Amino acid sequence: MSSIKIELRQQDVDKINEICDSFNNEPLELINVLHKTQEHFGYLPAEVQEVIASKLNISTAQVYGVVTFYSFFTMTPKGKHPISICMGTACYVRGAEKVLDEFKKELSLQVGQTTPDGKFSLSSLRCVGACGLAPVVLVGDKTYGRVAPDDVKAILKEYA
Amino acid sequence: MHLLVCGGTGCRASESNLIVESLKRELEEKGLSSEVQVIMTGCFGFCEKGPVVKVMPDNTFYVQVKPEDAAVIVAEHVIKGRPVQRLLYVDPKSKEHITDSKHMGFYRKQIRIALRNCGFINPENIEEYIARDGYAALGKCISELSAADVIDIIKKSGLRGRGGAGFPTGLKWEIASKNKADQKYVVCNADEGDPGAFMDRSVLEGDPHSVLEAMAICGYAIGASKGLIYIRAEYPLAIQRLKIALGQAREYGLLGKNILGGEFSFDIELRYGAGAFVCGEETALIHSMEGHRGEPTNKPPFPAESGFLGKPTNVNNVETFASVPVIINKGWEWFSSIGTEKSKGTKVFALAGKINNVGLIEVPMGTTLREIIFEIGGGIKNGKKFKAVQTGGPSGGCLTENHLDIPIDFDNLAAAGSIMGSGGMIVMDEDDCMVSIAKFFLEFTVEESCGKCAPCRIGNKRVHELLTHITKGNGTLADLDRLRNMCNVIKDTSLCGLGQTSPNPVLSTMDNFMDEYVAHVTEKRCPSGQCRDLMKYTIDVEKCVGCTACARGCPVNAITGERKGPHFIDQEKCIKCGACFEKCKFGAVLIN
Repeated sequence: MSSIKIELRQQDVDKINEICDSFNNEPLELINVLHKTQEHFGYLPAEVQEVIASKLNISTAQVYGVVTFYSFFTMTPKGKHPISICMGTACYVRGAEKVLDEFKKELSLQVGQTTPDGKFSLSSLRCVGACGLAPVVLVGDKTYGRVAPDDVKAILKEYA
Repeated sequence: MHLLVCGGTGCRASESNLIVESLKRELEEKGLSSEVQVIMTGCFGFCEKGPVVKVMPDNTFYVQVKPEDAAVIVAEHVIKGRPVQRLLYVDPKSKEHITDSKHMGFYRKQIRIALRNCGFINPENIEEYIARDGYAALGKCISELSAADVIDIIKKSGLRGRGGAGFPTGLKWEIASKNKADQKYVVCNADEGDPGAFMDRSVLEGDPHSVLEAMAICGYAIGASKGLIYIRAEYPLAIQRLKIALGQAREYGLLGKNILGGEFSFDIELRYGAGAFVCGEETALIHSMEGHRGEPTNKPPFPAESGFLGKPTNVNNVETFASVPVIINKGWEWFSSIGTEKSKGTKVFALAGKINNVGLIEVPMGTTLREIIFEIGGGIKNGKKFKAVQTGGPSGGCLTENHLDIPIDFDNLAAAGSIMGSGGMIVMDEDDCMVSIAKFFLEFTVEESCGKCAPCRIGNKRVHELLTHITKGNGTLADLDRLRNMCNVIKDTSLCGLGQTSPNPVLSTMDNFMDEYVAHVTEKRCPSGQCRDLMKYTIDVEKCVGCTACARGCPVNAITGERKGPHFIDQEKCIKCGACFEKCKFGAVLIN
């Protein structure tokens, strides 16, 4: 399922069980469980999904099916500074693609990847609703508006 | 005196929360904190000129305010009563400074029903909602009207679903009310997924109680005691404000057991989406709420019969719900007097793209695209020529200059080959390549297709491949026929709304901009110069002074020439990156 193999510590397993318990181990609450778990671990590796599946008494395939269906859930850890470029239509027509290309070039990354040092990860997302500021780039919680390809270097420098 | 500061997502991204802090600090220093209140409201709509600060009661409207402007606003306006000229909106035509938002072109033609409280009240304070007739409609329903009366009013009002399809809301409620069950559900669809549409979020952020009140009214009408709001996890601010609103409504006895001391009980829970466009489809949404993959299923059975956990469920969109309390308060006659014959009331549009006034607007049904784009929207950015407007998001179509004067409503937009959709409106200018735009939307569909049925899963992928082929200059005229054919098959054979509408961007651009498609395949030329693979860079030997800047900037050494002599580009080596064009100070590098 995932190329990353991790060893869960007992305290991690306890944490997952605790989250499942808080939703009464109800399979109906799977998406809420996944939200809470991802909030805690930052991502949802296969090993974590297995623990959730056995706790909720559903198949791992079902959990995996849900995790991979929704774009909000990720099986790879995000960088310390996750960069998201809005590719909503409004940003697209105002040149978001060129901004994305510049980030790809500067970081030598493809969308969905994380830099080897774990510092930056790159993703595109669909509309953050700040269309007045298009094109929009998010780094962590910070929003950058009216970004031009020339601004990319300066933005990355802030996190150097 | 009140200072209203926009706290919508767009303005917060421009640090409007710091404006609130600075204003409060300034007022404190001048000893005015008890007389002047600073309130963070929902979205004002005029996102282009944000962050916005409005001074009440004189209605002065400040634009593009920075935290450091707080001092001058307090010193000049609050204390001396003189509006700060440099922060006022300047009319682009007359160049006059406009103080009152009512006289701004952006607001003049708007009628605000769903957005009535956005930008006027503090969304985190239920008292302010109540002061503007909040929960009066719920009270009226419970104490004076029967469930059948409520449904009758909504039916007569002519309200149609604002989520996109335009199904009559009253009829939907009636069907759900007639299905007998021990438990029914009211669901609010707040999974706004159209890229470029953000009205639902603005309502939830700016006026969450209007949705809660309407859901309770719906529960009363159809006989449901439970409500669920399915909201995107990507909307943290809306979630936070909904949680506050739910707590306050329960505290005031407006949600929960025995509302307003009567027999009716109703409570609402939040359910989180996780980023899947298809979950806007009601059956997919219900599956997602049950913890499954959000795949749609065949209708019938409709959710009104068998929805959440197999119980009768009524699903409406945020904007639809937000219109309900006003209809109960002001009467169906009032509501149905606005709009066109078959589409009543108003519609919120998210205006974006190559337009001067990006923002959220609410206009009566029947307003023309020309009025929206050129009067409210202030025309095209940088004086460029209007080319197309895309309505309805990835399910909609591109309309052209020929459609500018049709009155917008559900039926007219459908007749023109587009849809109302949730109300996204993206304006494009002469620089946009329509084949690339179609490709952009297909990219979205390919990514968001749930994969359940073959026409959508495989068909859209093939359509996207063909479009890529064409934008790379490898298409033929036969490909255009194949493209149209495939689109029609996907339309006819897909299971749900996503698949059935996904070819619309391709079909409508083919209908309206066939010449661009033909230029791509026969002349291998992109008329708007957007498709990189079809570009050709050459050097005008007359203008070239031989400075070698281009050759030094070329990453693949495709440019040759002697210093002070003319340079040439080797077309075989050129990767069309455009570096030479940017480096040349003499305009000698040409693109064609």
